[in-house]
Amino acid sequence: MSHFIDRRLNGKNKSTVNRQRFLKRYKTQLKRAVADAVNKRSITDIDSGERVGIPSKDISEPVFHHGKGGSRDMVHPGNKEFITGDRIRRPEGGSGDGSGQGKAGKGGKGEDDFVFELSREEFMDLLFDDLELPNLVRNQLIGTTEFKTVRAGYATQGAPTNIDVVRSLKGAIARRTALGAPLRGRIRELEEQIEGLLGTGVGEEDSRIQELREEIDRLKTRIAALPFIDTFDLRYQSFVKLPEPTSKAVMLCIMDVSGSMDQVRKNLAKRFFILLYLFLQRNYDKIEVVFIRHHTIAQEVDEEEFFYSRETGGTVVSSALNLAYDILKERYDPTVWNIYAAQASDGDNWDSDSNVCRDIMIDRLMPLMRYFAYVEITPRQHQSLWYAYQEVMAAHGHFAMQEIDGADDIYPVFRELFKRQEA
Amino acid sequence: MTKRLITDSSEWSFPLLERFDKEIGHLAHNVYGLDTYANQIEVISSEQMIDAYSSVGLPIYYHHWSFGKQFVATEQTYRRGQMGLAYEIVINSDPCIAYLMEENSLPMQALVIAHACYGHNSFFKGNYLFRTWTSADAIIDYLVFARKYIAQCEERYGRDEVELLLDSCHALMNHGVDRYKRPSPLSMAEEQRRQEERESYLQSQVNDLWRTLPLAPDSEEARQEQRWPEEPQENLLYFIEKNAPLLEPWQREVVRIVRKIGQYFYPQRQTQVMNEGWATFWHYTLMNHLYDEGFVTDGFMMEFLQSHTSVVFQPPFDAAYYSGINPYALGFAMMRDIRRICESPTDEDRHWFPDFAMRNFKDESFIAQFLSPALMREFRLFAITDDDREEHLEVTAIHEEQGYRALRQSLAEQYNLGTREPNIQVYNVDRRGDRSMTLRHFVHNRRPLGETYEEMLRHIRRLWGFTVRLETVDDQGRVELVGEA
Repeated sequence: MSHFIDRRLNGKNKSTVNRQRFLKRYKTQLKRAVADAVNKRSITDIDSGERVGIPSKDISEPVFHHGKGGSRDMVHPGNKEFITGDRIRRPEGGSGDGSGQGKAGKGGKGEDDFVFELSREEFMDLLFDDLELPNLVRNQLIGTTEFKTVRAGYATQGAPTNIDVVRSLKGAIARRTALGAPLRGRIRELEEQIEGLLGTGVGEEDSRIQELREEIDRLKTRIAALPFIDTFDLRYQSFVKLPEPTSKAVMLCIMDVSGSMDQVRKNLAKRFFILLYLFLQRNYDKIEVVFIRHHTIAQEVDEEEFFYSRETGGTVVSSALNLAYDILKERYDPTVWNIYAAQASDGDNWDSDSNVCRDIMIDRLMPLMRYFAYVEITPRQHQSLWYAYQEVMAAHGHFAMQEIDGADDIYPVFRELFKRQEA
Repeated sequence: MTKRLITDSSEWSFPLLERFDKEIGHLAHNVYGLDTYANQIEVISSEQMIDAYSSVGLPIYYHHWSFGKQFVATEQTYRRGQMGLAYEIVINSDPCIAYLMEENSLPMQALVIAHACYGHNSFFKGNYLFRTWTSADAIIDYLVFARKYIAQCEERYGRDEVELLLDSCHALMNHGVDRYKRPSPLSMAEEQRRQEERESYLQSQVNDLWRTLPLAPDSEEARQEQRWPEEPQENLLYFIEKNAPLLEPWQREVVRIVRKIGQYFYPQRQTQVMNEGWATFWHYTLMNHLYDEGFVTDGFMMEFLQSHTSVVFQPPFDAAYYSGINPYALGFAMMRDIRRICESPTDEDRHWFPDFAMRNFKDESFIAQFLSPALMREFRLFAITDDDREEHLEVTAIHEEQGYRALRQSLAEQYNLGTREPNIQVYNVDRRGDRSMTLRHFVHNRRPLGETYEEMLRHIRRLWGFTVRLETVDDQGRVELVGEA
């Protein structure tokens, strides 16, 4: 009478909808938690899930219940020494109320937090919520040099490998039916005439019947002679090439590695670059990263060297910009690639070089770019580069600059740079 | 003897489960005469078990963020190993659905089959509260209807709107039961048809109730006399569903759905000790019988006993992990004790239990009736009074001759829903004036309401649509206004 069912293969994510609703409802609190988390994280694991906490009083569901106070009777097991009438000191921490409220917080997160794990996707969604890549629309329209082959029905001409057998044979049947129809109609007529003649008592040997029979035979031969398949029937699968908006992006990371950029500042810059990289990853299938570092001369380097080797010397920013321009010219055609650049510097520059930078940016680099973000990591006063870049900003809408003082600023600054623009 | 052995493996398989089910079912029905619904036993993975947890064990439920929160919390504690999952979940439906976890070993599966599919199942079918308050054959249909209806409402009126409404209803879920009336069970099709009828009818009713043309101003006394409702109403959700002036028909229906589902859980909240005790008693009895008949090995029995004893372990009050009386332990001990009293009563028992019956009890009355002195001694129970006017706690009764009755009374009282939850009733609605609703909290033993009441008032206000007041009435009958929203 019992019935066994194996449900293990059924979906196990029955609660996904409810989980999403829960996250959506507490989005503001979660966003705050995520922003905190991202600043605290080490650089290497920025791209993973996260444990976040929400104050549990925000998410409690109230019911009417008894509060503390009043008089109540409780029964407990395990009596060892009490006898009736004993008076006991009230235990500390109110364990006398017997209800299991107010358990200590787990994992030292403080007792008021409801702590749980976000998946990588959920974390990223919250991290980049409400941000967008500027000028994304434009890149959908231009950059149509990539093609994708898609099916486009059937054609009467094509390569033999593309013959669609089923379709061709269907056509053949149709053709034979159509061409044979008048002949078959005629046969039916003649057979009716024979019936009619036989009905009037004419014998099978009568010449008129003989003639009709011959005619029917001739017609049948003609039907049989219709070709089973004809070149006319052949149908080929047709493919056309559709232009595809490109979804490749290249990100240029430009960083000053002169003596004034110490490890702390480089780390700040690195965090910023990583955030940008993750954000681009959400929008593009394929991203290439080019690392350019510079002091008085610029070099293209690999990631390791970019972040960890240290040089000393003066600073000539224009060297990096020139190198960037050369690399773009050589390898990244702006009609194919979406080009983003992020530059981090402490603002030091050789004095007369700032104007050169400004000119390179305005005339040569900016027209190629989707977006160029400049962050200055300095607690000090701005120097000539900042003011030169302000002119760039005035000239090009897709240039943005911000200042970072410490790790806490990175995420807010990033949000500021990429916040959704009001339409 | 060894011929009857079913298996000596501890890995389960479907044929083995079926075999065990057959033997256990045979014993339960033919030897012990248990009456059960048909069983539907589903094997699930631990992830699915977590899913089931978050919807209070129901196989189908409407969507709501709070279930997501529950899910997240369960998943978290389970992953960190702070909590094991229950070995089974059983649903009071016909056929009775039981979930087995695939991680369980064979002895555990057999235990669960005995516990859930025959223990709980027969309790659901036999106990008067379940018989009165739930309709096992209709619940699944009703849940399907509820889920569909709420999804429709979300589509039509917006998810946020529905969510707010559900929040408020959930807050009042425990106040949706009429303890003295019993609705008749409905099938889904009928429910749907009635729902449409109800929608139009209800609205016309409500309109009628509130169609108060401005009459000549009543004198103050006349107002006082016309208190409405005439009797205070304890079923807040029902009262709101029928009478709230501004609710749309679909909102009334949603209130009703929450109320109905709350009502379905009402018996479970009242029979924890009995239900678990009953099921534990039967798995213990059935498994021992299997062993006696030679169906299972010693090793099998050891594993069973090991998990059985951890389930019925009662830590003493001063243990670090003490969290109240373990319902499994108390229930199991009482059931066994009843068996002992029936089979070999002592003089003491004859004195305490002149006669006796089953089925017609809930936790409160069950304890009041059947907690024997022998058990009180075994558990070394003692009662204390915690009065905030006194500096000390007082031990009022212990497990001795003079204390038995008092002890039994206080333990029974502890399981009385009426005392566990604050008694709040709709006292008056100002129909002629500002349409405000007045709730009264009848204080018992001077125990105040928890600090959530302000938030609760806001929820009730959202449903009612007009001012809601909360007054307390203390033991002497003095009335005091506590809050207003």
